[in-house]
Amino acid sequence: MSARFAPIVFGSLALLGWEAGLRAFDVPAYVVPSPVAVLASFVADPVGLLVSLASTLAIAFVALTVAALLGAAMAVAMASSRWAQAAIQPWAVALQVTPLPAIAPLIIIWVGDPFAALVVCATIVAFFPLFANTATGLASPPAALQDLFHLYGAGRWQTLRLLRLPAALPYFLSGLRISGGLALVGAVVAELVAGSGGFASGLAYRILEASYRLDMPRMFAALVLLAVAGVAIDHGLAACGRFVLRRWGQS
Amino acid sequence: MAFCDENDDDATTLFFCPNRARSGRSRAPPGMLTLTDVGRRFPGATPGGTEALRDANLLLSAGDFVALLGPSGCGKSTLLRLIAGLDRPDSGQLTWDAGQPPAPGEIGYVFQDATLLPWATTADNVFLPLRLRGESRAQAQPAIAAVLARVGLTGFENARPQQLSGGMRMRVSIARALVTQPRLLLMDEPFAALDEFTRHRLQTDLLALWQGLGCTVVFVTHSIYEAAFLARRVVLMTPRPGRIAREMLSPLQAGANNDADKRLHPDYARFVADIAHAMEAALQ
Ligand SMILES: Nc1ncnc2c1ncn2[C@@H]1O[C@H](COP(=O)(O)OP(=O)(O)O)[C@@H](O)[C@H]1O
Ligand SMILES: [Mg+2]
Repeated sequence: MSARFAPIVFGSLALLGWEAGLRAFDVPAYVVPSPVAVLASFVADPVGLLVSLASTLAIAFVALTVAALLGAAMAVAMASSRWAQAAIQPWAVALQVTPLPAIAPLIIIWVGDPFAALVVCATIVAFFPLFANTATGLASPPAALQDLFHLYGAGRWQTLRLLRLPAALPYFLSGLRISGGLALVGAVVAELVAGSGGFASGLAYRILEASYRLDMPRMFAALVLLAVAGVAIDHGLAACGRFVLRRWGQS
Repeated sequence: MAFCDENDDDATTLFFCPNRARSGRSRAPPGMLTLTDVGRRFPGATPGGTEALRDANLLLSAGDFVALLGPSGCGKSTLLRLIAGLDRPDSGQLTWDAGQPPAPGEIGYVFQDATLLPWATTADNVFLPLRLRGESRAQAQPAIAAVLARVGLTGFENARPQQLSGGMRMRVSIARALVTQPRLLLMDEPFAALDEFTRHRLQTDLLALWQGLGCTVVFVTHSIYEAAFLARRVVLMTPRPGRIAREMLSPLQAGANNDADKRLHPDYARFVADIAHAMEAALQ
């Protein structure tokens, strides 16, 4: 059997086992909901959850875009000057190792607009892989190729445009794929921290709301939606990366 | 000068003294580059660092084909990089007869790996040196087509490096080095990673290219056979510290038998043996 269908087969078997287990041991729905109950909860009010998902995805998408622009720009700045490298690197690492839940309340207070605050939080999480990958890619051309550019009197700008940037493209794209998932996670974590005091329309807010009401099926429906969105983002970015690389002859 | 030893009367050896005529030629060829007591030391793990090159003296004449021969670590690449201007000596000097170091494009450099841009086609890779000096693709097209024809790659203009064999990639690399019509072609073990059949083909083709173009070639190798087959002059180097031990002139006729016959010629066999003996003596 093709490995392509393995996740579907595995998932279906797990769901069957889950449903059968609950029925066999008579587990109450407020502890663990059955897959059927989760599906029913989603079908009962799909619009509410989907609107919330769209709101969270909007935050993640804007954050990913900002992180991509900022990460690439700072990596290029770092590649073009030792001073910039010394100045930027430690701060980028400091940003990466600070847990988002610890700084999210501060950001939410500082940035007045809730949407912007959540975008800032998600951007912080999505920034580092893009930045670090692009920086690695910019430094990746072998020494001999750099010597060759030097030999022909290439300037900084020429070397960047004709050697470093094309070499960094695959690294940037794999960074984008990692950060795509992280931007979604960052958006949800920030929404959770913000709670009802924040921008009360995201998927995290639905999860909180359902948990207050002990509405387990609804909570699971939101979680499943989140997971599906994460997988879709990952697949979409992977396909997008393959397309770009093929176009640029780097496949 | 250290390399000017009048007592050595070995027929295959010629130490370069500017005032001594070269055997078989009535007029000394025009000079190009003189290296005087050139030294290079790299800071490293050992105290005092690695002395990659000590007191190297070498005269490079226009149109010559010189092989730098020696075991790995004897400073061949270091010497080549100094000539290319990719590195600077710690002592001694390089004197260019033109009065100033060559402009970009006057030196071609071929590395052990083809070092092509993996995302660029054959034509774009060869275009690179011209592009870097501001030529447009349309301007450069005749030069690209001509040099690709010279190295036998017509028809592969749009192939990318990963679609080409190792030998063809090396041909692209050579074409890229030749596209600016350099006066000096530097090659650092360019064929070392290729299989023997491909290597022999490329060696033969390189000699034909050299005879057609008339540029000066400095060819780094650790193969005695390759040095004897290609070079008019073989420079023997020894490691720790890297130094030039001696030079030997090829007894073979330039331009004759540039094919498999040459590898069976008694003069070639003798030259190989002479180099091997000289190398053995130098390494002791
Ligand atoms: N950039 C460098 N830094 C430190 N040591 C170097 C460097 N380049 C060469 N060396 C050392 O100098 C010696 C000669 O190197 P190289 O010229 O590459 O030798 P070859 O090309 O003959 O094998 C070696 O011992 C090598 O380790
Ligand atoms: Mg070497």
